[in-house]
Amino acid sequence: MAGLHKSEFQNPLLNWIDTRLPILSMMTKEYVVFPTPKNFNYFWNFGALATVSLALMMVTGIFLAMHYVPNSALAFDSVQSIMRDVNYGWLLRYAHAVGASMFFIAVYIHMFRGLYYGSYKKPRELLWILGVVILLLMMATAFMGYVLPWGQMSYWGATVITNLFSAIPLIGNDIVVWLRGGFAIDNATLNRFFSLHYLLPFVILGVVFLHVVALHVTGSNNPLGIDVKSPQDTLPFHPYYTVKDSVGVCVFLIVWAAIVCFAPNMLGDPSNSIPANPLQTPSEIVPEWYLLPFYAILRSVPNKLGGVVLMFGAILVLFVLPWLDTSPVRSARFRPLYRPFVIVLVLAVVVLGMVGGHRPEGIWVVLGRVATTYYFFHFLVLLPVLGKLERPLPLPNSISRPVISPRGGGPLPGATPAKPMEKA
Amino acid sequence: MMRRITGKGWGLIAAAALVAAPIATFGADEITLPHEKWSFNGPFGTFDRAAAQRGFAVYNQVCATCHSLRSAYFRDLEGIGFSPEQVKAIAASKQVPALDDSGQPTTRPGLPSDHFVSPFPNDDAAKAAMNGAIPPDQSLLVNARAGGPDYIYALLTGYTDPPQGAAVPEGTYYNKYFPSQFIKMPPPLSDDLVQYADGTKATVAQEAHDVTTFLTYIASPEMEQRKRMGVKVILFLIMMTGLVYAMKRKIWSAVH
Repeated sequence: MAGLHKSEFQNPLLNWIDTRLPILSMMTKEYVVFPTPKNFNYFWNFGALATVSLALMMVTGIFLAMHYVPNSALAFDSVQSIMRDVNYGWLLRYAHAVGASMFFIAVYIHMFRGLYYGSYKKPRELLWILGVVILLLMMATAFMGYVLPWGQMSYWGATVITNLFSAIPLIGNDIVVWLRGGFAIDNATLNRFFSLHYLLPFVILGVVFLHVVALHVTGSNNPLGIDVKSPQDTLPFHPYYTVKDSVGVCVFLIVWAAIVCFAPNMLGDPSNSIPANPLQTPSEIVPEWYLLPFYAILRSVPNKLGGVVLMFGAILVLFVLPWLDTSPVRSARFRPLYRPFVIVLVLAVVVLGMVGGHRPEGIWVVLGRVATTYYFFHFLVLLPVLGKLERPLPLPNSISRPVISPRGGGPLPGATPAKPMEKA
Repeated sequence: MMRRITGKGWGLIAAAALVAAPIATFGADEITLPHEKWSFNGPFGTFDRAAAQRGFAVYNQVCATCHSLRSAYFRDLEGIGFSPEQVKAIAASKQVPALDDSGQPTTRPGLPSDHFVSPFPNDDAAKAAMNGAIPPDQSLLVNARAGGPDYIYALLTGYTDPPQGAAVPEGTYYNKYFPSQFIKMPPPLSDDLVQYADGTKATVAQEAHDVTTFLTYIASPEMEQRKRMGVKVILFLIMMTGLVYAMKRKIWSAVH
């Protein structure tokens, strides 16, 4: 591929750059003319919302790091200094703390979209797997970020989570000491968590880039779950989806701003306003809401190693999801059996979240075990079997001319997209 | 005297609250707290200046004997309506630790930029003086307790005779709102414990209400600015959403 790129940019400077470094042509190809199925619903906003969340988290985080002190004797007070002394420091901190929740909300809905419309199926398996890698990185980043304010829940959450690794036979205890940098959570732990909390978002950014590259190879899935057949099925990404994503971003920011400005501590735990005290265990140690379902799975198993295995298994199972689901049909709209079960799965995860927030006693133990069982049953038993048993509904011929329109509005022979795109 | 603007903006965060519903956390099974009417509740809430200033008097004359306010500055008092001169005078009436010219520990009169002075030099000193219990720092107390201001108010007014047959451990007092019901802090408030400058009658309930208002301000001194900003930001974003949605409709109008 020797030789200069033939740039189509008219502006001489842009043309000069683009001829030597065709990054502008690439951006145009991937984000402007990129042919995108024309039938997206608003569930397809959430990838963009997650990207916006990541960007806002990185920006607020970089500014917070300018004022935060990662030292166990000073961290708590430095956060108070951010809240009281730094100009708009409270805004940075609350936007960042609430932002973690907003990021998870966006990603969880994005994942539900993938599950419901079968976006993980061939040929998008690797795209899905990269997404699960992002989720794992997010969880690690969020956990370490929660330790930084060095409140009671920071300290004891870190103790509980690092302790999980002691369940590994033989070398578990050594791994815990290695992770903590000492025999207990201390300054060494705080220092490394701060370093990693700053590093991992950039790793996430890298994986997001791969996620988008993979997406642009396979093209997007769509609510019908059928392949793009002709240019009539697609629209250029810009302006159609840039503007549609912008609507979602505005609404998303309204929710974000409302929580930051009117109830910034709603999603946090009061105990984290108490400085970390290694001598006083809080009456309850709970993770942030977005980790509660996994926490509930952990506690549903009476055996420590078993609980840890199931908790990590709950995420690992997502890696093999594309091969567990044996149905060739992607969208749940055409899968009469899968459709109710995927809703049950969502309910099971919500129940697990509630279980994780309550003491493991009485009805909560039972609910936790039932929901945990369903979670694994859904992926390991139901999905392989359903594909064989289910008689999918007839699929439409194409996105632009659905033979059967499940959402009303039949085929419109005269209608063509404003700018039909050549398939890339 | 007490200003309360009931806000409708809470509906805005209802969606967010729904998402947060699963975190309905621990403590829900404990006794319910009475809901006080707070001037600072709701999206348009502000701190009742008179109540917060009376609350400072309660803190200054009662709480400060044992409880520190480490994160707060004297200058923070301007936020509840004290004039700069008043703040200067309040700060100057306190002695803050310092070093003299020969490097020996001494004290000097406080400045508005100084932190509130803690009653004990360190936790060990507090423990020794307080029969083993460290009085918690109050700068974030309202945020650090489930129930927030309602809990603080309930605790301060919740000292009653113990129920029949309850064995109150030595050195503790019965308080039905304290998690273990037996608290080492003696009832801190009593009628006419402080003389209010504005002539308000100092009942226990009034003192508890006022000091809770003050401590809520100290825990979140940015609250009024934050809520004012929230109203503007959300109005702007709603307009923006409308415009972007109209644009979306226009751009998509040719697509079928």
